[in-house]
Amino acid sequence: MTKILLWVEHDNVAINDATLAAVTAAGQLGEVTALVAGLGCDAAAAAAAQISGVSKVLKADDAAYAHGLAENAGTLIASLMAGYDAFVSPATTSGKNIAPRVAALLDVAQVSEILSVEGPKTFTRPIYAGNAIATIEATDAKMVITVRGTAFANAAATGGSGSVESISGAGETGLAHFVGADIVKSERPELTSAKIIVSGGRALKDADNFKAILFPLADKLNAGVGASRAAVDAGYAPNDYQVGQTGKIVAPDIYIAVGISGAIQHLAGMKDSKAIVAINKDEDAPIFQVADIGLVGDLFDVVPELTRLL
Amino acid sequence: MRILVCVKRVIDYNVKPRVRLDGSGIDLANVKMSMNPFDEIAVEEAIRLKEKGVATEIVVVSVGPLKAQETLRTALAMGADRAILVMTDDEVEPLAVAKIVKGIADEEAPGLIITGKQAIDDDSNQVGQMVAALLGRPQGTFANEIVIEGDSVVVKREVDGGLETVKLLLPAVVTTDLRLNEPRYASLPNIMKAKSKPLASKTPADYAVDTLPRLKTLRVDEPPARVAGIKVADVESLISQLKQMGVA
Repeated sequence: MTKILLWVEHDNVAINDATLAAVTAAGQLGEVTALVAGLGCDAAAAAAAQISGVSKVLKADDAAYAHGLAENAGTLIASLMAGYDAFVSPATTSGKNIAPRVAALLDVAQVSEILSVEGPKTFTRPIYAGNAIATIEATDAKMVITVRGTAFANAAATGGSGSVESISGAGETGLAHFVGADIVKSERPELTSAKIIVSGGRALKDADNFKAILFPLADKLNAGVGASRAAVDAGYAPNDYQVGQTGKIVAPDIYIAVGISGAIQHLAGMKDSKAIVAINKDEDAPIFQVADIGLVGDLFDVVPELTRLL
Repeated sequence: MRILVCVKRVIDYNVKPRVRLDGSGIDLANVKMSMNPFDEIAVEEAIRLKEKGVATEIVVVSVGPLKAQETLRTALAMGADRAILVMTDDEVEPLAVAKIVKGIADEEAPGLIITGKQAIDDDSNQVGQMVAALLGRPQGTFANEIVIEGDSVVVKREVDGGLETVKLLLPAVVTTDLRLNEPRYASLPNIMKAKSKPLASKTPADYAVDTLPRLKTLRVDEPPARVAGIKVADVESLISQLKQMGVA
């Protein structure tokens, strides 16, 4: 039986959706052992043991793992891999940071952001901003894989009965120190797991409009809020709002693109949405070529009216 | 301090890639190629560190075909001091690129290695982290801001949910995100000057790196196409469509 070591992304208490999707992908390859590394992470380890499809949890509780530093985590993971055939991680910023470090330490070629498992060592993954899908077969003895969360269903967060084993790693490498974080706490659903997303582009003209026009609509729909790269670059929205090739990849039930023209790199981040609604005053905007429902109009009239009538 | 910057020649970001009909890959014949946009940001950041007096020399490296010389000349025209082309016509995977960069770093002893967080062709997002691992050095990926402080570099990183700041002991590897800076355009005099800057030509064998692929590409397909749907005339029709989808 192929043995998989899975990186669990957590805040010491709860486990995120991207990890649940990675469990599903890992489960298609073999037996899943979840690694929970953190500081004071008992609750997260207990939660990991409940995930359907997780047979065992390794808990590494140490100050060295408090902030997910890749230098410390990479060394820990690499040291555990003698007993596993593959390392699987969600393709979040944390997973993308750590996995290649593990791959290099193991001398393994990494397969990034898989969309599907086609065989024991065969996967599909997007290349060229999702304009092409490559089918890749890994040939190294071990595998290192990151998983695009939107491409797999979430494993059930409960129903599992894995055991929890405490382990200790090499700990602090002393190479890197965590200084601080500026994480935006939002009442809105997270972009990568929201059912509905309202997303704004450069046509919103400034940060005040971005808030004044989009937030009431998002509140009414209980939607997450995203932005195009142009809007983020112009300072209308913070960087973690960015949807696209190099930002967040989203696949909500409904994606409402407001004043977004539809650049290739933006489409790469949202074209797997179940339905796309586009509001744009330029009837030739490329976004209309992928939109299920388009409305040509001035967003400054249309969106407030939509918010009012919904 | 010497800075090593790694750049890749890729399809221009404005060009829509076409999948070859036989499924063997992307058709790059007669397609405009440019420096990977994230690598341009890496070159720019190195130049700014030199302008601030933090860096003394910028060495720019590319692994690729002869034509990658053009990409290196662009970096030299922007302000890098000298270039190394590690020439190969094979497609080189991130792990092999990282091993070559490690070989160069062993010779050049840079205080900082900067590269783009990902190349827009294979979208792997691996090389910087792999170089850091192979060198046993720290990494600051997805950088939004870089400040050198004594024997360390403080990197503000773009992460899910916001920003995170880490302090790394030098030598370190930094990968660039979009908002680190806005790369300059090379001026015509600088483009002329770049032609006489040193450009060394090497091969993977010079660094004893085997570039045989470890990942087999079985085929490359077009993604499932989305087709344009309907256009509605006004907000009321939009709402009735949304209601059919179960919203509101």
